[in-house]
Amino acid sequence: MATLAAEATQSNALEAFRMDVRDWLSANFPPSLKGVDFAMSALEGPAEPTPDSEAWRIAISNKGWGTPTWPREYGGGGLSGAEANVLRQEMARIGAANPIGGMGVMMFGPTLLEYGSEEQKHEHIPAICRAEVRWCQGYSEPNAGSDLANLQMFAKDEGGHYIVNGQKTWTSGGQWADKCFALVRTDKSHKHEGISFLLIDMTSPGVEVKPIKMISGESPFCETFFTNVKVPKGNLVGAEGQGWTIGKRLLQHERSGIGGGRMAGMASLSALAKAVIGTDAQGRIKDAELRTRITKLEMDGRAFVATAMRVQAEGGVSVASSILKTSGTKLMQEASELRIDILGMQGLGWEGASEDGGFTQEQIDQTRGWLFGKATTIFGGSTEIQTNIIAKRILGMLDHQ
Amino acid sequence: MAKLSEEQVMLRDMAQNWVKGESPLAAWRKVRDADEAAGYDAAVYAEMAGMGWTGVIIPEKHGGVDFGWMSLGLIVEECGRTLTASPLVASAIAASAIILGGSDAQKAQYLPAIASGDLVATLAVDEGPRHDPSHIAASVADGKLSGTKMFVAEGDSAGLFVVAASDGLYLVAGDASGVTRAQRHMVDFRSHAEVRFDGAAAERLSSGGDALLGQILDRARIITSAEMFGMTLQAFDTTLDYLKQRVQFGQVLATFQALQHRMAGLFGEIELTRSAIETALTTLDAGGDTGQAAALAKTRANDTLHVMSREAIQLHGGIGMTDEYDIGFTLKRARPLEQAWGSSAFLRDHFAQLGGY
Repeated sequence: MATLAAEATQSNALEAFRMDVRDWLSANFPPSLKGVDFAMSALEGPAEPTPDSEAWRIAISNKGWGTPTWPREYGGGGLSGAEANVLRQEMARIGAANPIGGMGVMMFGPTLLEYGSEEQKHEHIPAICRAEVRWCQGYSEPNAGSDLANLQMFAKDEGGHYIVNGQKTWTSGGQWADKCFALVRTDKSHKHEGISFLLIDMTSPGVEVKPIKMISGESPFCETFFTNVKVPKGNLVGAEGQGWTIGKRLLQHERSGIGGGRMAGMASLSALAKAVIGTDAQGRIKDAELRTRITKLEMDGRAFVATAMRVQAEGGVSVASSILKTSGTKLMQEASELRIDILGMQGLGWEGASEDGGFTQEQIDQTRGWLFGKATTIFGGSTEIQTNIIAKRILGMLDHQ
Repeated sequence: MAKLSEEQVMLRDMAQNWVKGESPLAAWRKVRDADEAAGYDAAVYAEMAGMGWTGVIIPEKHGGVDFGWMSLGLIVEECGRTLTASPLVASAIAASAIILGGSDAQKAQYLPAIASGDLVATLAVDEGPRHDPSHIAASVADGKLSGTKMFVAEGDSAGLFVVAASDGLYLVAGDASGVTRAQRHMVDFRSHAEVRFDGAAAERLSSGGDALLGQILDRARIITSAEMFGMTLQAFDTTLDYLKQRVQFGQVLATFQALQHRMAGLFGEIELTRSAIETALTTLDAGGDTGQAAALAKTRANDTLHVMSREAIQLHGGIGMTDEYDIGFTLKRARPLEQAWGSSAFLRDHFAQLGGY
């Protein structure tokens, strides 16, 4: 009974918090932003701020609620997981999106909170919480993809600073970024132990960024060249040689981010098929094989969502992160392919010069999404690499090398 | 794992220990070799009853402990690991029909006997070899039930049948006049009897309404999934252990990437299936709508056990084909359970219908 009473008190406190959130949102969320999603800026670059979007960013930053569970002393909201859930629910209820996002929030921030010095946390975290600094990831190189530890970009110790030379590629949002968290080599004699985690200012002399045009027509990734770039010693996170450990931890955050949250819109497949293909007298989608494929996907999608929720309940980043990434990305790709089969030719439109190209914006976005989606099983550790990780680290199957 | 209560952790640990100590796969082999129609050891079932397992979902006022479906699922999963043969699942499904659809008098008459393990009960729905609850010819006139039910789980030993007739569910005593049973000897050596009712005295479960059969089938699907999931885990663990010790080409098999990727793929499927089954069990305990959750849980349990039972044999190689080795038992028990209460094809169609497409 004691636990029941404690639970009741807790849920009363949460309900009181919910009322506070509602009051605060109605006072601070500009109704003009209802339903506006800020997530696309990762693909298309930052949108010009409007007075309303700027007011919303500042209001939520002052409260720390853009990064609700991060510590207050660095500019976070200091909320518990349960309180953050209430905040998310209330924001979703009124169609309010979080304007504080990007790689700083999803990957770099949590990693710096774990491994950074006090000085580094105070320098970088508050700006992430306010979306004032945009971060990009300097991991992959032309010869270091799946074999990431083969990276060669070298940071030479020059006493008070490093001199960095080399090339990174697939730098997401590199052309819009202010700063880069990078894996660099500080020791050529040890593969993994020779890697360090370094923060580089993208405005430094010697940094050059070239966007890469993708099959989807977008350029969300760049090649980034570093020529004699001077980086202060204070920008080293952790110790020299600790970069591989820190970098892998960051990848776990990345993988949970990629796998999760991408199933939105899935349930609409059956509705789309009903509308496009029609139904028989029993209300079943007319094309029996398509109906079965849609059912399979919707069922697997549910099992995936249930697993994502379970992982969260079990405490966030865990051994299951890899499973979420592989299964979430695969399902998302299948959903895109299935949507083409439902729409037929109408699902393969491309932007044209004429005003009426015969395709809706939604259909054109579907084409881009389908193409861009092919990247998700490659980046952040390909499906094959994830599968190796599951076999070796989780199942304890021995290394074949 | 879902968050478990203290009671649930205790129950699961108790089940784990008991299964390991008292009911290993060797115990099933003995039952299999004895080859009796009932297909289980009555003394073992009495032991399970002594631990309270037969009353897990039965209300306290009727002699149970009322711990709920998640708790029962944990026990059933552990029993599934070693193919522990018992009418625990069948009786729980039948009991749930009485709990949901029975009168106070019916509950008072039957539930305490099921909870104590003295009475084995079972649900009899299908009249053909494939699950099809939409075609039921059995009918009742003047309180007498007539019809034939096929492949009734534990039908050889059941003392009470919950029978689906054209106008609802009925209780028929196993020893009522007009009840005859024929054993169907099957690949899993468990009981799947054909039961003929020829004007047998029947009492209606009248409190459940039209949705009663559907609700009981959901429960049957979900709890059967838990048993199948235990079997899947056991087959996976056994196969993984085998790959880690079998040496060919001077290396243990576990070092080969082709095999690593197959095991990792199975592991991913297992994790997704675990989530689907846990969600169904918690939905049941929370009193939510279980139609799609049950179809999802059983479909995933079917498909995951199906592929695991085949891969287990393949990855064991020749030894997996021998009767002396246990892994073949998994394959032989898997298929009857895959058919029970809906194959994946049936359940996907059911899921889509419930989803309105």
